[in-house]
Amino acid sequence: MADEHRTSLAGPVVPAEDAGDEGAPDQLPERRPAELMRELLPAIEPERRLNDWGRSERVDGFMDRTLVEFFYRYWFRVEVEGIENVPSESGALLVSNHAGALPPDAPMIAKAIREEHPSPRPVYITVEHFFKGYPGFSMLIPKTGCVAAHPANVHRLLYDERELVLVFPEGRKGTEKLYRDRYRLRRFGRGGFVEAAMRAEAQIVPTCVVGAEESAPIFGQVDIMRRVTGLLYFPITPTFPWFGLFGMLGYLPAKFKIRFLEPIDTVELGGAEAADDKALVQTLAQEIRAQIQESLHDMLARRKSVWLG
Amino acid sequence: MAGLTEFTAPRDTATRRVLVTGLSTYWGGRLAQALESFEHVDAIIGVDSEDPTRELERTEYVKVTNQHSLLERIVRAAEIDTVIDTRLVVNSLMAAPRIAHENNVIGTMNILAACTGGDSPVRKFVFKSSAHYYGAEQDDPAFFTEEMARPHPPRTGLERDIVEAEQAVSEFAQRNPDVTVTVLRCANVLGPDVDTPFTRMLRLPAVPMVLGFDPRVQFIHEDDVVHALEHAAFHVCPGIYNVAADGVLAFSEIIDLVGRPPLPILPPWGTGAATGLLRRLGFRIPDEVVNQLRFGRGLDNRLFKATGFEYGYTTREAVIKLSEHMRLAPVMRGTDQEYKYEREVEEFLRWSPNVRREQPGERAGLSTESEPLGI
Repeated sequence: MADEHRTSLAGPVVPAEDAGDEGAPDQLPERRPAELMRELLPAIEPERRLNDWGRSERVDGFMDRTLVEFFYRYWFRVEVEGIENVPSESGALLVSNHAGALPPDAPMIAKAIREEHPSPRPVYITVEHFFKGYPGFSMLIPKTGCVAAHPANVHRLLYDERELVLVFPEGRKGTEKLYRDRYRLRRFGRGGFVEAAMRAEAQIVPTCVVGAEESAPIFGQVDIMRRVTGLLYFPITPTFPWFGLFGMLGYLPAKFKIRFLEPIDTVELGGAEAADDKALVQTLAQEIRAQIQESLHDMLARRKSVWLG
Repeated sequence: MAGLTEFTAPRDTATRRVLVTGLSTYWGGRLAQALESFEHVDAIIGVDSEDPTRELERTEYVKVTNQHSLLERIVRAAEIDTVIDTRLVVNSLMAAPRIAHENNVIGTMNILAACTGGDSPVRKFVFKSSAHYYGAEQDDPAFFTEEMARPHPPRTGLERDIVEAEQAVSEFAQRNPDVTVTVLRCANVLGPDVDTPFTRMLRLPAVPMVLGFDPRVQFIHEDDVVHALEHAAFHVCPGIYNVAADGVLAFSEIIDLVGRPPLPILPPWGTGAATGLLRRLGFRIPDEVVNQLRFGRGLDNRLFKATGFEYGYTTREAVIKLSEHMRLAPVMRGTDQEYKYEREVEEFLRWSPNVRREQPGERAGLSTESEPLGI
């Protein structure tokens, strides 16, 4: 039985030979091939209600059938184009523009894929680390598929678990946009999302969302209140004086349009080795930003009315 | 699976003479018991500054303080080829900070110093470390892989000690490239016997939680830790490995499995101050666990699985086993007797030439009911 586990070193095992190519053991052993590591992922335990990321099918499904369904179908009346660009099987990084306040674009994108796609898949939404430290929120949002936006998390989801991951490269800057800056994409940072997708050898699907900006317009930011409460932002929204911060959930019924652009194959561009090429990563990030901006302009030009489409 | 066997670490048949440190600790004692059942292990020697509390058959105990010169003499005299270091204190409630520091850092440096030298017979060093090395902060990744350096500086003294101890081990590995050094970072342990902060918390009538937080926690069953140490001893797997069970559960899930009500009494801010209050009420949560109760911690355990190790329990199963034990405990109390290790008597009966033996193979005086643990 022991022989099955032997390598070609048939004689008494000499540790030096095996440690030779790995050098001193403080250098970690090289990563084993991806297929092996994927096989070794923990198996699904059917009795569990949550998965390892904290996602609960029950809560997710409940929210999906009630609140999200209402917003998707009746309030925002979402229209989807280009759903075929979202892959059915492997991992892919959905890159989208972000609106101000606490926008509903993320749940709408996830719902769109669940409704319109021939093989519906769950989407993991990356959120700021801030939410992990906020009581209450930190308990609820993982159940609906939100994960903290750490590159290692994105990598594991894309590469090992081969899931769809939604990122908003504008990040916090996107949510701070005032109404007059709507649909003007902020800088995409250092292109970290491109690097993550390249290392994970996953496709990038640029996504454009129209309607979120008008549904939750921010007219002003109050910096002092932001610092006092320690929140990420303290926006003035239409419902501000009456409902306070919860007014952020009072959305105006703008018509939503979601368009998925053609996927970018990172393996063709060099895959994991090219991820270290900072120039390439930056260029690609700018290109994707330009693509999304152009597509937004196109969709806005065609849009006759904010509320009716 | 054909693919998997190619990547199982090669067996190490040269592990025959083992030194186990910390023999009086829970892990040292259990490991020594487990090793006794492997026939190809010729000699098992355990060292500690306190007497062991477990029943041991062929493990020889040497009482020695933490001096590397003495340890070195033992190692060379017995021609030890494998040293397994299980002494690390990972619970700040178990020992005063100064003693824990001395044990963790100075003790580790001493045992490493005892193994150095070009002519040292030691060719393998297994170090039981802890996942506390990584810490648990708000912007940590959901699953720590072994490549990741610790993202934030250590908060507590214990975590600092663990980081220092691991540094000492990695320096040792660099300076002695012909020694196979394995570091096992073990997650929080659960099990019927072991005494850890989490087992204590789960045994309380209501389990304390931080208000508004439901952290992700990952455990490992105590048996799996012992098997992991054995696996590291009998296979060639140099490097650092996370040792944690499959499955990262929400704390509420775990409390539900244990069948106790949750008690969200710790405030989300100023949790440290609240634990001080709890301490006065009689229950103490160690500082390094407080952050885990807010943010949790997950470990990526696949690298060790890739060396051929198979976990016996998932996190969920470990919790279920603990809850089963807790339910049985009132019924079983008193049925297993504590072994009173009368060391001097055992030594006399084992080694003294004045003891008459009927047959050469028979070892007089040893308890015949004892069953060796292990495979």
